[in-house]
Amino acid sequence: MEYVARFLIGGLAVSVFAFLGDMLRPKSFAGLFGAAPSVALATLGIALVQHDAHYATVQGQAMIWGAAALLVYSIAVCQLLMRFHWNALPATLVALIAWLFVAFGLHLVAGAGA
Amino acid sequence: MIVKVSFSSLKSGHWYEYIFRFALGGAATVATGLISSHFGASLGGLFLALPAIFCASATLIQKHEERRKRSAGLDGRRRGQEAAALDAAGAALGSIGMAGFAFSFWLLVERQTLLAFAVGLVMWTAVSIAVWWIWRRNRVRVRARALARDNPDGNREQHAGSLTT
Repeated sequence: MEYVARFLIGGLAVSVFAFLGDMLRPKSFAGLFGAAPSVALATLGIALVQHDAHYATVQGQAMIWGAAALLVYSIAVCQLLMRFHWNALPATLVALIAWLFVAFGLHLVAGAGA
Repeated sequence: MIVKVSFSSLKSGHWYEYIFRFALGGAATVATGLISSHFGASLGGLFLALPAIFCASATLIQKHEERRKRSAGLDGRRRGQEAAALDAAGAALGSIGMAGFAFSFWLLVERQTLLAFAVGLVMWTAVSIAVWWIWRRNRVRVRARALARDNPDGNREQHAGSLTT
């Protein structure tokens, strides 16, 4: 039941931000919604209900490193599309390696105490 | 006004694309919960910033742009890639806002949970818009300079006007 609730709340949060992004122009501004904290809102809300504020604090701290990895990921996608003329699907999938590398790297170096 | 609301772009999408994004968003939230419960809150927290639906969004943007150009009799592949790249550039700027959300949430959540969410959302919005505005202003200036260099006798005002569209 818990995971059904997670699925519905997460899906709804992501859809709302994606819908807003679809309506806005220029495209670079709409792209801001690609980095909206939609999954975070749902997950942190559930974490506070299920656990406690300390649990959410630890998740929030780790999310900072995840956001830094997202910055690197997005730049990598942009470069693959513009410089190497890749299509969006392979570019966004291959760049996930960069996200994983940076996120786990920062987690090991800076976030190990969390 | 620089930012516009355009409902016409919603027409180019199909209903199943919204369901697909809903499902991906839900799956990402479930996956984050599973990772947190099996490997701890810290590792799970990283995945709060996983670009889970970005693959789908960027692919849809490219396809929509290609379809629009092909209906006008043009090869839309390059324009599709450029549109997806602009979306990625926006996401890069938005990730700085996301870091602002995470930082303020981390600072405030043990004191006042509702305030932590509210301030976090305000931080995401304010930081994202500020960074995007600075980026766009610099981009316009760099382009205007490049145009002026390539065409020193041209009408600068005309160029500046065309760049803001």
